[in-house]
Amino acid sequence: MSGRLSPGIIVILALLAGFVFAAAGADLLAHNDPLRQSLLMRLRPPGTSTATTSYLLGTDDLGRDLLARILYGARASLMVAILSVSVSLLVGAMLGLLAGWFRGWTAILVMRFVDTMLSIPAILLAVLTVAVLGPGFLTLVLVLGLTRWPRYTRVAYAQTLQVVTLPYIRAAEMAGCGPVRILLRHILPNIAGPLMVVATSEFGLMILFEAGLSFLGLGVQPPYPSWGSIMAAGRQYVQRAWWLTVFPGAALFVLVLCVNLFGDWLRDRVDPQSRSR
Amino acid sequence: MIRQLAGRVGQAIVATFGVLTIVFFIMRLSGDPTLLLVPEGATAQQIAELRHALGFDRPLLVQYVAYLADLARLDLGESLVQRAGVAGIVAERIPYTVALATGALLVALGIGIPAGVAMAVWRGSVLERALAGFVLTGQSLPTFWSGILLILLFGVALGWLPTSGADSLQSLVMPSIALGALTMSTFARMTRIAVLDELSRDYVTAARARGLSLRAAVLRHVLRNAAIPVVTIAALEVGNLLAGAVIVETVFAWPGIGQLAIQSIAARDFLVVQAIVLFVSTVYIGMNLLADIAYAVIDPRIRLEQ
Repeated sequence: MSGRLSPGIIVILALLAGFVFAAAGADLLAHNDPLRQSLLMRLRPPGTSTATTSYLLGTDDLGRDLLARILYGARASLMVAILSVSVSLLVGAMLGLLAGWFRGWTAILVMRFVDTMLSIPAILLAVLTVAVLGPGFLTLVLVLGLTRWPRYTRVAYAQTLQVVTLPYIRAAEMAGCGPVRILLRHILPNIAGPLMVVATSEFGLMILFEAGLSFLGLGVQPPYPSWGSIMAAGRQYVQRAWWLTVFPGAALFVLVLCVNLFGDWLRDRVDPQSRSR
Repeated sequence: MIRQLAGRVGQAIVATFGVLTIVFFIMRLSGDPTLLLVPEGATAQQIAELRHALGFDRPLLVQYVAYLADLARLDLGESLVQRAGVAGIVAERIPYTVALATGALLVALGIGIPAGVAMAVWRGSVLERALAGFVLTGQSLPTFWSGILLILLFGVALGWLPTSGADSLQSLVMPSIALGALTMSTFARMTRIAVLDELSRDYVTAARARGLSLRAAVLRHVLRNAAIPVVTIAALEVGNLLAGAVIVETVFAWPGIGQLAIQSIAARDFLVVQAIVLFVSTVYIGMNLLADIAYAVIDPRIRLEQ
């Protein structure tokens, strides 16, 4: 494979960069406050403008600027996804490394726990936990992070089992490296590729979960914008205001599509033998 | 074979216990589960009385054993909000969710499998690329968005189908499509891989060498063999469809257990929520087990692993 990037992946990366830019620069890009309500400007269609300002994508049921809310929604979406993927990657990789290193009972216990966690549909587990603890940003991140670690553990475990048998690990051991150093300095970098592939596909899922939970009223809480909660409000006005559901949904769809395509590309890079599944 | 089967059943039982235990602890994450069950505005004394009546003032281990004993007798408790047995409340809604999951499965199988076969047989063609795009779209579409888009198109703009509720069979069409899209993509991808695998085998080359057309080879030999992995995935997908129903039922106001779960959270009726999570997880584990057994039965060469 040459080091060149294909045009397709460049478009995907550009779109992803666009989302990050929109999220980071929401304050600069949005010329209306996403929380400012205006009862006179309720449910205005896209392209509405007044003497003082304009609403490119229309307004919501409380007269707030939809474009501003979508830009700030990107921030919620990406923040939750980045943080929760980090939590689950950390927990999952740690457990997988430990199980692969100690094997025996540690491995049996950890892997049984993994099987059990995977037997509860993640969305239900998240719904139940958020409902018990009460919704909030931190709860959302922790719940998503702590329900989605098992896939990393499976990969980290299988990979560690393979890598441990390699001669260079023996050599490191004989050179006097402790287990912590071997795990973190010698094994982890070697299994990082497959873990990143899992992380990318999980990243797309986390974005969908955040939006789904917010749609159900269990995620980011009003008045703060999230694509899911904007659409939940939009569902009630579906007969009168199509823009409330079409625009945030399109943003969500394009973002997840780009993340999934990027994940496919990354997997082919990390493991050229894997067929596209 | 029998030993492996017993081992697999044992594994399913361990997983079920694990699920019960995880749910038990999640319900106690907030510190005091009594607070999850009392109606809003209860006095401190009422809460204390209820805590005692429900046994939440006993040691955790005692509570855990009592909880398992209740579940073993299929006693899911009494809803304090609706003043009725939880099992009955949930059971009433199950047929709706089963109908929805069946509809979604039909959509997924009916579109996914032909699409997957076509992608494998006409590999490299324009059709394959178009179908790949279609499959990728199905995979990335959030169900609540595709659901609302369907409502906008067929419910609002064209007025062909009802936008919510469960009054007729027509009400089932849009939720089934929305819920089935993701599963459709999974089927298409898996079928494509399975058919490609089979097409590269010697028996296909031999059949083609004997003068059999590609069409006949696929229809007579390949599909039968490629069906094995696809059938097992179908069992797994049923569990995913039940879980996905939470969102789709909310979008379409479809009165299944998914909508019930969300309504019960809003009504602070947590025993119902707990029962639904336990029910779906048990079905999920059961389906996993069934898939493994089906795999071994359909293809005797396959050993149950682990």
